Amino acid sequence: MTDAVRGEPPVEMIGVNKWFGAFHVLKDIDLRVREGERIVVCGPSGSGKSTMIRCINQLERHQEGTIRVHGRAYGRDLRENDAIRREIGMVFQSFNLFPHLSVLDNCTFALTWVKHLPKKEAEDRAMEMLTRVRIPEQAGKYPLQLSGGQQQRVAIARALCAQPKIMLFDEPTSSLDPEMINEVLDAMVELAESGMTMIVVTHEMGFARKVADRVIFMDQGEIVEEAPPAQFFDAPRFDRTRLFLSQVL
Amino acid sequence: MALLDSPAPAGSGARLMAVLNNATVRSVVYQALTLACVVLLFWYLISNTIENMSQRGMSAGFDFLGVSAGFGIGFTLIPYREGDTYLRVFMVGIANTMLVAVVAIVLSTVLGLIVGLARLSNNWVIRNVARWYIEVLRNTPLLLQIIAWYFGVFTLLPRPRDSIGWVDSIFLNNRGLYLPAPVIADGFGTVLAAAVLGLAGAFAWARFARKERENSGRIRPVVLPVLALLVLPPLLATLLAGAPVSWDMPQLRGFNFVGGLNIPPSFCALIIALSIYTSCFIGENVRSGVQSVSRGQTEAARALGVPPGRTMRSIILPQALRVIIPPLISQYLNVTKNSSLAIAIGFPDLVSVWMNTSLNQSGRAIPIVAMTMGFYCLVSLAVSLAMNRYNRSILIRER
Repeated sequence: MTDAVRGEPPVEMIGVNKWFGAFHVLKDIDLRVREGERIVVCGPSGSGKSTMIRCINQLERHQEGTIRVHGRAYGRDLRENDAIRREIGMVFQSFNLFPHLSVLDNCTFALTWVKHLPKKEAEDRAMEMLTRVRIPEQAGKYPLQLSGGQQQRVAIARALCAQPKIMLFDEPTSSLDPEMINEVLDAMVELAESGMTMIVVTHEMGFARKVADRVIFMDQGEIVEEAPPAQFFDAPRFDRTRLFLSQVL
Repeated sequence: MALLDSPAPAGSGARLMAVLNNATVRSVVYQALTLACVVLLFWYLISNTIENMSQRGMSAGFDFLGVSAGFGIGFTLIPYREGDTYLRVFMVGIANTMLVAVVAIVLSTVLGLIVGLARLSNNWVIRNVARWYIEVLRNTPLLLQIIAWYFGVFTLLPRPRDSIGWVDSIFLNNRGLYLPAPVIADGFGTVLAAAVLGLAGAFAWARFARKERENSGRIRPVVLPVLALLVLPPLLATLLAGAPVSWDMPQLRGFNFVGGLNIPPSFCALIIALSIYTSCFIGENVRSGVQSVSRGQTEAARALGVPPGRTMRSIILPQALRVIIPPLISQYLNVTKNSSLAIAIGFPDLVSVWMNTSLNQSGRAIPIVAMTMGFYCLVSLAVSLAMNRYNRSILIRER
């Protein structure tokens, strides 16, 4: 299976449109993500950037257009959709850890109930991922006993446990205190260096400059500009981009 | 007192104010005043009651409990004859009340869970049927509903000879519901042993399934095998041992049924009204509980590829229970206390046989009221104690 799809882009969006009621959130989105590419999506709030990445794992359904993940398109087949979704890990702005399960159980939950791994193997993998985000010592604690930065790193470890091929980040540092932002960004930089395909919605322009292969600027539901970071930050082509950059930098 | 002795240059008025403004003095004075009020009130009530009762030649003692009550009770869970003592009447009342409470609590919880989840359904028809069920039934008085079920449904059923029957063994008429009653015969021990074995097997299977999941990751079905292990062994034993349990069938003789198990119409009406009425409140508790769990939880589970049923069972419900349990405790207490409305349709619960019949007949108001209140308090406290303990065990650890 994986051989058959090799060469297909990890994520491909073609003519994607979405409406919330009468509100047109996504307008003719075309996006092709290459293997191992790191994409940063930015734009003012309400520009549709979160909705776009939520469409990629179908937390939101799009109404028009095609979204393919490694060549497989989302459709009406719910099982196929689930199978496609399992290729993708997601990290949320508000962490969304399961508060009634320990950190370790948060990480092993999907391994037990989705991948059907033995407990020992699941826990080994969870510890490996927790070590990767540098909090193995917190495995026995409960999410609400941790700081925001630690919780978000657990969320990254939890997503990595399922061994996704693509990682989505929806404003992962937006609800963190300033002093905790870096520990999460460090974990993300490390992940990027390991060659993971990443799509990151964020306002951290420093991260974009350092890590991104391509920066995408969205406004009012459209992709306005996409360019490598150097060009994007130093020589933006559009006025809307320039205005936005002048506000956030 | 050091305050009073300390050299105060000001006059006696200022010194008094200093004492009155002292925090210790104030707290002692207020506590003493409150205590005095409470003691006085009780002393007044008790002395007044004793005075009034002695004037009328009434006694507050419990000696009447050993005296024969001498009246019949239409429906008793525990054996009772007309000549039995008042104490026995009290026991019969408690047993009947507990029966109503337990049956109504179980039924209302099951119904409530269904209605509550139906209220959250994506299906328009299911959602709205559940909504109107709740809105209509919880906004009309319970007493009205009990009376409606009794006089509007159960007493209007056909006479025994025109009973509504199912497969010649279950009959419904205006004298109540008639069911086949099990009669235990020789060889029942085999059935019992099979049932115990089945129970042990069910536990073993659940354990095995968990171990299997932990060791090899394989997910085995649990609910159906456990149900089968609980039901099949006693059933097979019954067949093999040559029917050690026989059934006493209700049969029409003359104007009425004989044999079988008779459930009076008042009990049916009371249980149905109580269960349905309470299920509305429990349904709303369930709904608010499920809605209190943030959407992010469902999304996180979905992003991990967890199936919806597993998400509901392992992620949503455990968190929703924290919100559902406290109001559920009050609903269970309400069911127990509301069961006393049985008196309106003549079902012999504790209030009916004890607070009404026994009190009128013996005139011992004080001990009878005290015993009744004591019983309801005890049950309520026991229920809330048990539920609070359970609630504490499922709290989320935050510190």
